[in-house]
Amino acid sequence: MQTRREMLHHSGAVAALLAGAGLLPTAAQAAWNKSAFEAKTMAECVKALGGGAPAESKDVSVTGPDIAENGAVVPVGCASSTTGVKRLLLLVEKNPSVLAAVFDVTDSVDASFNTRVKMGQSSNVYAVALMNDGRALYAVKEIKVTLGGCGG
Amino acid sequence: MADPMRIRAQVAGDKATVRVLMSHEMETGLRRDGAGAVIPAWFIQEVSAAHNGKSVFNAQWGPSVAKNPFMQFNVKGAKAGDKITVVWKDNKGDSRTDEATVS
Amino acid sequence: MKTASFCAGLLALAGIALVSPVAAQTKTTADGIAEYRAMLADGNPADLFEARGQELWKTKRGPKNADMSQCDLGKGPGVVKGTFVELPRWFADTQKVQDLESRLLTCMTTLQGIEAKAVTEERFGRGEQRNMEGLVAWISAESRGMKMNLPQSHAQEKLSYEIGKRAFFFRGGTHDFSCAACHSVEGQRIRLQDLPNLTKNPGDGVGFAAWPAYRVSSGELWSMQRRLNDCFRQQRFPYPGYASDVTIALGTYMGVNAKGAASIAPSIKR
Repeated sequence: MQTRREMLHHSGAVAALLAGAGLLPTAAQAAWNKSAFEAKTMAECVKALGGGAPAESKDVSVTGPDIAENGAVVPVGCASSTTGVKRLLLLVEKNPSVLAAVFDVTDSVDASFNTRVKMGQSSNVYAVALMNDGRALYAVKEIKVTLGGCGG
Repeated sequence: MADPMRIRAQVAGDKATVRVLMSHEMETGLRRDGAGAVIPAWFIQEVSAAHNGKSVFNAQWGPSVAKNPFMQFNVKGAKAGDKITVVWKDNKGDSRTDEATVS
Repeated sequence: MKTASFCAGLLALAGIALVSPVAAQTKTTADGIAEYRAMLADGNPADLFEARGQELWKTKRGPKNADMSQCDLGKGPGVVKGTFVELPRWFADTQKVQDLESRLLTCMTTLQGIEAKAVTEERFGRGEQRNMEGLVAWISAESRGMKMNLPQSHAQEKLSYEIGKRAFFFRGGTHDFSCAACHSVEGQRIRLQDLPNLTKNPGDGVGFAAWPAYRVSSGELWSMQRRLNDCFRQQRFPYPGYASDVTIALGTYMGVNAKGAASIAPSIKR
């Protein structure tokens, strides 16, 4: 049976291992997370950012138009109505760069962010909330992309 | 030196809605020019904002964010007259800082 | 057993009956596009061009090291507000009907000493064209919400309108296109873009009253000259000369027809 001291020591070692793998929140987290931005799936991306297996949840929402007249500029938003959110992510499933943006949720801002993404084709857009307790919750919406006019 | 951002910060109840328009190509690095050469990736990677000098917002962006990006977020407790400063840094090391007063 | 399959059949029918009303309630594509456009209205990157233009107007540059404060856009030297909705118009100093861009070209060459070629032979979106785009964005913004009110008092202005009308209906090129082929009938569209009828006032913020505009598809500010240039390209016509007489005449024709339409320039487009 482990004593409390041994357990703390053990978890310290594990934490050190995780920190070395870039999976724990540290001051250096502010640096651009290359592995997350190069991930090819939502699961891969969430893993690179230290989150657990993503589960769909009504506590997260993703907003955007149903159809975009041009994929070059698509307004999207991610928000969470619950507490304990560390980060909100926006992902475009079919883009070569799946992860579009990572927003840190601090006490000073609402857990609600809007931006505009490029979409190469009609695709699912995900908003993922990375919780302080390690869980990952997501919401998904399909956005259709069209090409308008004379093709110019 | 990159073009200035357009920042609008407006009071809405006990918060301020901050809207930022940035001038940036946000090049993915996947396109080719007329001669067939790859146009190098060039995009904003980090965005941060401060309210009266206190850091309140941090984000990391990838090349999927649109050209001339627009962004919106709410700062809690911001009042008219407060200062909002926004900074962006791109993958080439270029950076831009602009400030706006909450109205 | 027969009862079970009968019930299953009934349920299946009920299922089908339920699907149709739901489908009828979903948004039409037109509604979807309207929603998309509304979402983009706030935060128009044309703002960035406006800011540049506002700066440029006050910047001393060119061999004569002068700013644009003496530039007359039709309402006196240096007056900008309200000029956009009255162009093209006739100017006494050049004895010509000029649109916004050709007038800016006059000011840049005579006041600042900038070489005309630096503008007319530059590609859109670069160098002096980029400066022009900034100026056009800002100047049009200064008239936002005002109604199109081109003058038609001078004989040359009336002539410009008539030439513009002829040019508008002129069929040519490999496909026998004309501006009228796309823009003289109600209710036409190309894919998801409605084609405004430019032979009359198409309404507030439509057609002539919507350009210059930030084009998201190219991420650039399109001035009216660029818009016309691209129309010529789409008709398989040779490119028009920058700020040429025919482009000015077409502007006069469309602008006079749009009398009373409120300008929303610079707007945002796909």
